[in-house]
Amino acid sequence: MLRQIGAILAKDLAAELHTREILSAMAVFAITAVLTFSFALDLRGATGEAAAPGVLWTTIAFTGTLGLSRSLAREQESGGISGLMLASEDRTVIFVGKALSNLVLMLLLEIVLLPLATIFFDVNFVRPSVVLIVVLGTVGYATAGTLLAAIAVNTRAREVMLPILLLPLVVPLLLGAVHATAGLLEGLTLAEVGSWVQILVVYDLLMTAAAVATFSYVVEA
Amino acid sequence: MVRRWWDWLLIGLSVVMFCAALVVVFLYAPREATMGDVQRIFYFHVASAWVGFFGFFVTFLGGVLYLVRGERRWDILSLSSAEVGLTFITMVLITGSLWAKPVWGTYWTWEPRLTISAVQWLIYVAYVMLRASTVGEERVARFSAVYGVLAFVTVPLSWFAIRWWRTIHPQVVSSEGMALTPKMVQTLMASLATFTVIYVTLLRERMRLEQAQDRLAALREG
Repeated sequence: MLRQIGAILAKDLAAELHTREILSAMAVFAITAVLTFSFALDLRGATGEAAAPGVLWTTIAFTGTLGLSRSLAREQESGGISGLMLASEDRTVIFVGKALSNLVLMLLLEIVLLPLATIFFDVNFVRPSVVLIVVLGTVGYATAGTLLAAIAVNTRAREVMLPILLLPLVVPLLLGAVHATAGLLEGLTLAEVGSWVQILVVYDLLMTAAAVATFSYVVEA
Repeated sequence: MVRRWWDWLLIGLSVVMFCAALVVVFLYAPREATMGDVQRIFYFHVASAWVGFFGFFVTFLGGVLYLVRGERRWDILSLSSAEVGLTFITMVLITGSLWAKPVWGTYWTWEPRLTISAVQWLIYVAYVMLRASTVGEERVARFSAVYGVLAFVTVPLSWFAIRWWRTIHPQVVSSEGMALTPKMVQTLMASLATFTVIYVTLLRERMRLEQAQDRLAALREG
């Protein structure tokens, strides 16, 4: 089973690394988003520092919808999902493989985004505790996002449907991630932002369970 | 699809109970000390919230039963409850804003209950839009059932997250610390009962409509 998941992951990453089109689009969009927020909200100096965690996570949330939509749409265009379903009886394997590849995509984006945000807002995002929060938040986001993107690409509105479906469902994630990040930037320890970390962990576990349980109903022919 | 006797009973009860509720809310319930008469909107506001959130639970239940059993009637229950629930949540937001303005001086505040209601509203709207955007009756049912389940799972977490968020930041306006006298509690109960009956009535009507549409489609084909 692990081998199958690994195979799906490898296939997706190979496809993406070959063209890098999704990743570059996400990166450029993310930078544009951060700049837009900074201009529109006049995020200079202390205001910027206070707003930085929020801007970071909002950017991740919106950029994520781009990447997720594109990733699932590409799969659909190439008839990939049908192929995957023939290759593996177990729908869970397909879901986990796709969710992991989307997760990796977003983490790669964040490797670019965190240093950038550090430079723009003059706050140090590039530290282990913050990275942990980013990973936890992204796991939940990628899990919910992969499932909902699989639904969205099969609607008439397609990609437009994804943010509408996804954003209300990641409210706990956004609140948890923003406040944990903000706390850590102010000098609190991980233990002190513990309740927010708990929300992230519980969300990740619940969402993974729910998504795994329902994915087969989404891709059923 | 034809109205049965219990449908008529529900409709009758709804009308009678609502009229009674109006009397109770405006004449029986005491005038609140600090807020005055505008406080009376509380009875409809809380009742709408109860129904709005309960409706989502029913949507979730219908979704689970549909996924497990595959029977169209569970899907009908889900979609009907979602539409009726959306109506009530809309009322929560509107009545909340109307009440907030004279009492707090602002139409909106990021107070936990208003915030979670806004999130719930968005979830309901997403559900309805998803249904409208999907082609194929069976696919619509499956997709919306999955979304209903996923969304329901996140609501309790959203509630806690929003509560913690609001307790950290000092609130510009404090949430109503109303001391409820027995008469007020009775009025609230009456209002809750009334709105629940109205919910069931509307739910039943919406389900009947959907069943009729199914029947029409079947007649057209066959």
